Amino acid sequence: MVSSQNESNLLSSEGDSQRTQYPYVTGTSVIGIKYKDGILMAADMGGSYGSTIRYKSVERLKQVGKHSLIGASGEISDFQEILRYLDELILHDNMWDDGNSLGPKEVHNYLTRVMYNRRNKFDPLWNSLVLGGVKNGQKYLGSVSMIGVHFEDDHVATGFGNHLARPILREEWREDLTFEEGVKLLEKCMRNLLYRDRSAVNKMQIAKITEEGLTISEPYSLKTFWNFAAFKNPTVGAEGSW
Amino acid sequence: MSSIGTGYDLSVTTFSPDGRVFQIEYAAKAVDNSGTVVGIKCKDGIVIGVEKLIASKMMLPGSNRRIHSVHRHSGMGVAGLAADGRQIVARAKSEAHNYESTYGEPIPIKELADRVASYVHLCTLYWWLRPFGSGVILGGYDRDGPQLYMVEPSGVSYRYFGAAIGKGRQAAKTEIEKLKLSELTCRQGVIEVAKIIYGVHDEAKDKTFELEMSWVCDESNRLHQKVPEALLEEAKAAARAALEEMDAD
Repeated sequence: MVSSQNESNLLSSEGDSQRTQYPYVTGTSVIGIKYKDGILMAADMGGSYGSTIRYKSVERLKQVGKHSLIGASGEISDFQEILRYLDELILHDNMWDDGNSLGPKEVHNYLTRVMYNRRNKFDPLWNSLVLGGVKNGQKYLGSVSMIGVHFEDDHVATGFGNHLARPILREEWREDLTFEEGVKLLEKCMRNLLYRDRSAVNKMQIAKITEEGLTISEPYSLKTFWNFAAFKNPTVGAEGSW
Repeated sequence: MSSIGTGYDLSVTTFSPDGRVFQIEYAAKAVDNSGTVVGIKCKDGIVIGVEKLIASKMMLPGSNRRIHSVHRHSGMGVAGLAADGRQIVARAKSEAHNYESTYGEPIPIKELADRVASYVHLCTLYWWLRPFGSGVILGGYDRDGPQLYMVEPSGVSYRYFGAAIGKGRQAAKTEIEKLKLSELTCRQGVIEVAKIIYGVHDEAKDKTFELEMSWVCDESNRLHQKVPEALLEEAKAAARAALEEMDAD
């Protein structure tokens, strides 16, 4: 790479300093489900730096305008940038002051466009997002990945959640879950993730959004059960180990 | 005090022998001939009101907004050429956005007024641009409390307790001076502004008008927004009643 040529844009795919190659500080799974009155979302508060769990109070669930809730996994700094874009979007929407406001479907579409266009420039925002909300009685839940793949479903998850939580949700999710049942179901999924995902931390938040409004819970921990025979005497049956 | 500046009024980069720039004065005439815009600073916020002269019965009420939000905490009422006013608002929004992007806090109103005034003034310095044919009343609520500024087509901007531009500004200013602004809440201020605008509206010369009002105060959580429907109706009713009382004398 010739240094005098860093002005030339003919072959700008080389010597490009503006690309995300890999994430640094990452959040793990987010799970979202529809329930009777709206949407429930859960995410833990961990920010991993590779294999180190570096930050343990990262808020990965945030409000977007009046009707939506976003949860993000992946690069935390890119999530902060996405929140800035959304803040600008909602500000301009509010400044019209015309009684109208962007709903979850619109915000989801906007995010899809942002993610897909960045991917096409080979400079993705390294996140998987879950976007849910309620507007005019209509519940909406969707997800967008860093390459712009987007879904809308009754339950969604990112990362490991797809492998560990979705199967539970496919079995046990129902259209008319109450708030308590929904929380229990999410906690079951999060507990599973806590056991099996090495980047999960035992400090999570659950957010609920309904027609009335949004609440994000205070952080709390799940109880875990280690009283299994195999853990008490882990070397039984393993000749020669200690 | 108007005079024709024959020969010295063709370009905004020409001074007259008595030191006036006529193009700027002509621009101000565009503002003077438009519907009245009133702004007052109450003890807990700002109220802005506009006498929106309706050009045609076909227009939908509530359209052609003359008061625009510039950011969460500030807004401006525009008088004069509407399209010119839109540009000023667009620039103000952009300045407010850039400031917050860079410094992480909402733009102080003083700074916003400065930037808008600089921009308006800029357009009076070059022969290939023309001055804006609109003036704005800018109100906002920041760390230092509620503030009200007015920017004229010449690019001057001052801070006010109460300001008025447009057709009925003389009468409006007289009415504002009668108010004890430091004791008024914005709720009361809304009623007063409505009364002023209804009062200065010239039934004979002008067609019907629509009253548009906005506020930014403690009650609105320091957000700039339209005055709520219920309060607006209350203000209109009070204003009409006050008018009838005056007519009855």
